[in-house]
Amino acid sequence: MAQPIVVFTSKVIPIDKENVDTDQIVPARYLKVTDKDGLAEALFRDWRFEEDGSLTDPPFILDRPGMAGRNILLVGHNFGAGSSREHAPWALTSWGVRAILSTGFADIFRSNSLKNGLLPIVVPPDVHARLRDIIDRDPDADLTIDLSEQGVLLPDGSTVEFDIDPFAKRMLLAGTDELGYLLSKQSDIAAWEATHPPRIETRASA
Amino acid sequence: MTEPRTIVDKIWDDHVVVQDPGAPAVLAVDLHLVHEVTSPQAFSGLRERGLTVRRPGQTVATADHSIPTTPRSLPMLDAQAAAQISQLERNCADFGIPLHGIGSPSQGIVHVIGPQLGLTQPGMTIVCGDSHTSTHGAFGALAFGIGTSEVEMVLATQTLLQRHPNTYEVRVDGRLAPGVSAKDIILALIARIGVGGGTGHVFEYRGEAIRALTMEQRMTICNMSIEGGARAGLIAPDDTTFEYVHGRPHAPADADWDAAVARWRQLPTDDGAAFDKSITIDANALEPMITYGTNPGMGIPITSRVPSPTDESDPAARRALEHALSYMDLQPGQPILGQKVDVVFVGSCTNGRISDLRLAAAALKDRRVADGVQLMVTPGSDEVKREAEREGLADIFKAAGADWRESGCSMCIAMNGDQLSPGQYAVSTSNRNFEGRQGKGGRTFLASPLTAAASAVMGVVTDPRTLPGIESLAAVGGR
Repeated sequence: MAQPIVVFTSKVIPIDKENVDTDQIVPARYLKVTDKDGLAEALFRDWRFEEDGSLTDPPFILDRPGMAGRNILLVGHNFGAGSSREHAPWALTSWGVRAILSTGFADIFRSNSLKNGLLPIVVPPDVHARLRDIIDRDPDADLTIDLSEQGVLLPDGSTVEFDIDPFAKRMLLAGTDELGYLLSKQSDIAAWEATHPPRIETRASA
Repeated sequence: MTEPRTIVDKIWDDHVVVQDPGAPAVLAVDLHLVHEVTSPQAFSGLRERGLTVRRPGQTVATADHSIPTTPRSLPMLDAQAAAQISQLERNCADFGIPLHGIGSPSQGIVHVIGPQLGLTQPGMTIVCGDSHTSTHGAFGALAFGIGTSEVEMVLATQTLLQRHPNTYEVRVDGRLAPGVSAKDIILALIARIGVGGGTGHVFEYRGEAIRALTMEQRMTICNMSIEGGARAGLIAPDDTTFEYVHGRPHAPADADWDAAVARWRQLPTDDGAAFDKSITIDANALEPMITYGTNPGMGIPITSRVPSPTDESDPAARRALEHALSYMDLQPGQPILGQKVDVVFVGSCTNGRISDLRLAAAALKDRRVADGVQLMVTPGSDEVKREAEREGLADIFKAAGADWRESGCSMCIAMNGDQLSPGQYAVSTSNRNFEGRQGKGGRTFLASPLTAAASAVMGVVTDPRTLPGIESLAAVGGR
């Protein structure tokens, strides 16, 4: 179960790319695992490492000095496009990422992130540009993310508000998951099934 | 008088179990497809919580993503992949889920076998831990990819929490010219709206050109909805749909069939129903399409030139294009025709069905793959493989010098050892040209089976319309 999200403060890692797909976040050859552990080493693998396992020169931003331990990414539009692999948020959270700011996320990635305590925050383009500008001027600027207030506190003391699905917010704040909620609906599900016979029987011999 | 509804509304309304105020709907799932790569952690979750699979009879599994496409008699060399497969086998046995695994005559890519077995039917909700689940929308089903957490939820409850999606009408008017195919329609759409254009929406493909397509062509289009950012894309069912489904192993039979068809005929979008977004594409004006860059939205008509970053006014788009051309090692303004090709891949859930193989074989008949080019043909399922062998297509491929493989996802996702070497160029009938998608450092041009086969023969990117007898080639069909 995911760790509840409370208020947290972190410096930011900017990734100036649009349409970053989940094949970049975790290349497919790392999908042969049968658990969720150890995916931090797969994160952005082919942007970070050469074939022999050494870091690229210059290193990808994640591996530059001072980046380890940061919890917030600022990324380009449509982050998480492509494959539905939940290994992408698993790798991000296992590296330490807790929130991602963008002008937009791909649907499945956004959904997967919310189920893993990873907060996708959508900001309008002008706010995104302002955030990028703040980091340009001070790469070590701190942002504070307050989920319950739905705000990002900037270094100048001002706050940027963001929208989030109220149900997802409730789940994240409580650190609970959707399966628990669905299991609480079992009597409704049984009632629905009683009036909706299955359309197929996969076990029938074909 | 009720409000006119879209097909998405109708399927949605039919499947809402309950919805609390402020919460997403609890949506019932008719069919859950499972494969080896995105399910192990979900089954582990069930075990940790002491849960069972609620509806094993509405769940079906196969192994496709990480399996080798070398002869089945050979052992799996990749221990990690082998462990994943054996875990799937154990999970299916423990939880009572039917498995069409390696060695089964009904094994295949999950999005090929669902329709083939008649499990995919109009009006259903269908999910799978795979983004190309949108394929099944071709039958007028609401079908979309989910993550592993959601796989666990569906296993445990046969439901999902979902918000009602927005709808996006994609109208394709007119008629396709010979040599232009379903793949070209979807690549043209994505080139126009971009890879994020459909985010938050379900595409409904409509119009004369869509109606004229066979089911397999419709699957090619719906398959790539996700590449346009839409989690699902669908086509209202019609007689073409019913004809395809009829008589398949899991299709309704006898009186049930008539009742089902009567129900399915109610599904198409009502006249006057509103869409949240709309776009029109003129099929008459379409050319064969090909991608030049590192996402499926970077596509051009095959006779065009590679775009130039200096023509991009938006700085982010310019940067992205510069980066893509650098990765692809292509020059701004160069023609894409004539670009050298090292590998051609025919297969995948996009274009690995029998009609795709018939097209590729028609283009390769009595010809040879160009020197220095490797052509890999991977049937989408074991049944497709047997049919291709029965029809003599496999012999055509082999005579042309192609590598005729066992079924699986193969070089589309390149996690089974079928992959490009760094720097190689491939024309691929698959769905993604992301960096490294077909092997680290590999460079992918997405195109139709006809374009792929023509390029294999010539050794360079080739317009299939230049093939002799293209009219008769393009008429090679399927269901």
